[in-house]
Amino acid sequence: MRVEEHPILGPLPKTETVWIEVDGKKIPARAGEPIAAALLAAGIRVFRTTHRRGEPRGPFCAVGRCTDCVMTVDGVPNVRTCVTPVREGMKIETQRGLGRWPELK
Amino acid sequence: MEGRPVAVIECPEEIPCNPCETACPQGAIQIGNPITRRPRLDAARCTGCGLCVAACPGLAIFLVKEEADTAEVTFPYEFLPLPQVGDVVTAVGREGQPLGAARVVAVRQVRTSDGTWLVTLAVPRALSSEVRGMRRL
Amino acid sequence: MAGAEVTEVAVVGGGPAGLSAALAARQAGAKVIVVDENAAPGGQLRKQIHKFFGSKEHHAGRRGFRIAEELVAACREQGVELWTDTLAYGIFDHTLGIVRGGTASTLAARSIVLATGASENALAFPGCTLPGVMGAGAAQTFINLHRVLPGRRALIVGAGNVGLIITYQLLQAGAEVLGVVEAAPRIGGYAVHAAKIRRAGVPIYTRHTVLNAAGHGELEEVTIAALDENGWPIAGSERTFAIDLLCLAVGLTPLTELAWQAGCLFEYCGPLGGHVPLHSEDMETTVPGLFVAGDMAGVEEASTALEEGRLAGLAAAAYAGYRSPNLEEEKAAARERLQALRSGPFGEGRYLAHEEIVRRWLKWRDAR
Ligand SMILES: Cc1cc2nc3c(=O)[nH]c(=O)nc-3n(C[C@H](O)[C@H](O)[C@H](O)COP(=O)(O)OP(=O)(O)OC[C@H]3O[C@@H](n4cnc5c(N)ncnc54)[C@H](O)[C@@H]3O)c2cc1C
Ligand code: SF4
Ligand code: SF4
Ligand code: FES
Repeated sequence: MRVEEHPILGPLPKTETVWIEVDGKKIPARAGEPIAAALLAAGIRVFRTTHRRGEPRGPFCAVGRCTDCVMTVDGVPNVRTCVTPVREGMKIETQRGLGRWPELK
Repeated sequence: MEGRPVAVIECPEEIPCNPCETACPQGAIQIGNPITRRPRLDAARCTGCGLCVAACPGLAIFLVKEEADTAEVTFPYEFLPLPQVGDVVTAVGREGQPLGAARVVAVRQVRTSDGTWLVTLAVPRALSSEVRGMRRL
Repeated sequence: MAGAEVTEVAVVGGGPAGLSAALAARQAGAKVIVVDENAAPGGQLRKQIHKFFGSKEHHAGRRGFRIAEELVAACREQGVELWTDTLAYGIFDHTLGIVRGGTASTLAARSIVLATGASENALAFPGCTLPGVMGAGAAQTFINLHRVLPGRRALIVGAGNVGLIITYQLLQAGAEVLGVVEAAPRIGGYAVHAAKIRRAGVPIYTRHTVLNAAGHGELEEVTIAALDENGWPIAGSERTFAIDLLCLAVGLTPLTELAWQAGCLFEYCGPLGGHVPLHSEDMETTVPGLFVAGDMAGVEEASTALEEGRLAGLAAAAYAGYRSPNLEEEKAAARERLQALRSGPFGEGRYLAHEEIVRRWLKWRDAR
């Protein structure tokens, strides 16, 4: 959920909308924000599942330290979505386990 | 102090803080050295301007004006939506407990506000030392 | 690897400690570069929307993000170079290994100030890994920096200042907060911060703990229980809340990897949040020319971070050959303000802890 109005920070500043694709579904994002913010704003809370037990994980630290928020972004696994800004057309996938690296050519 | 608003400071601990002292144009609040001393108010000097109320990071200062049987309590408010003058809201005490309906008589900002509103409620005089806020709208 | 860069004083971390160190070193005449991993400098201050304690020298009564703006503007005006999106991943003698905008390179300096801040502690209980359980600082980052509410109904663990502040900020952003859970018998944070949220109707459950968090795929409910004198949950006191956000505010630990790597001597110090590098009154570590300041030298507050930064910056500039004309007076004044900030019941433990760290540093020096 977006914080549209804020008593101290004022109304949400206008920014360009960027569209990203999450597991095949298009969602809007604010230009420049981290992927994790766009996902939470869209109500997506499970970012990956763990390697062995398949347990769900979502953002925990939001500052790039815990790696709970990693996802596969444009084919590259283990991208920390809380510190990686969105880009138009970015393809994001919920990561299963350690993810799969793209084939090395 | 009948008839005019006077600051009431509820800052019970020795914490490293003194914006109330710096904000007061009348020199009515004293902390001195070290900065962890508790603020002391010289009520006779206080004009009720509210600059300290908005400056206090602890939101620990209020204004109380007492008349014969009514009173006005002013508190810092930083939530949306804002109440409007004339609205009837639920006055609350220090534990957030409801203390009855109260009319909003002023909603304003001062030089030290930077987003902090000063809301004034009209309350029965008996509640002047109980009411310290309002239920969020 | 891109071209190596050289400066006189390098500062790692652009929070209040780092920016204050940079300003002091620059004013003494040194060429200064600050590196910070974030998109903008300011450290913790960028997410703090409340007004700060302290005195005028510490920008008290100003909101955290405004203090960050003021410090950054002062740095720019004085000619401090601020490198954002720059991570320092290693320290090799007086050279930092950095990744700037995705490209690896090095930054060599005559003296270095580490002001990397602290990281949030986690807490283990069944269900603690469910999406919806996060650090209080994380929730704050989402709300105040990215303007996203990570949940609508929240419970907070920890009634220190961080827990009390995040509670208030969640309310400001429009969330509902059902309570603050604290294992200790009393509130650890300032009474004035606690009073704000009490007035807003949020109960504080002291002597309580989280038993477990549960949910299908994500957080749906949390059960808390009262604790007896020995810290054991009291049977029958359980209470379950339907929530979608649990914020952990259970302390911070100094972020000291670079100091370890540089070979600094450390001491464990509970009141300062964990292992901290031994340092002198001037904030110099046991590695000559390497200085520390702020939360990484012991978790405290923005006001103390500013003063420690000033001391470290002055000393780092002097080490690099730029002695401020009033060096001794400026240092004495900063120390005096630090001591005042650390007086009173909240600061005393930290005051004694810092004294002890300095004593150990002196012992180390005398043994050399
Ligand atoms: C919720 C909360 C509320 C607070 N409220 C108050 C308050 O009311 N009053 C008060 O005085 N204090 C308050 N504080 C404390 C205050 O914010 C901190 O004490 C202060 O920010 C510490 O400053 P610092 O410069 O040491 O660290 P930080 O502000 O954390 O800055 C460190 C910076 O270094 C960066 N960094 C770390 N490692 C690297 C690296 N290897 N390479 C590049 N960059 C790196 C970090 O990303 C960060 O930007 C609060 C803290 C929190 C978490
Ligand atoms: S209300 Fe005005 S005059 Fe009275 S103490 Fe506060 S700042 Fe001073
Ligand atoms: S400004 Fe507020 S919190 Fe600070 S000392 Fe004054 S009354 Fe206490
Ligand atoms: S949430 Fe911790 S690394 Fe992204």
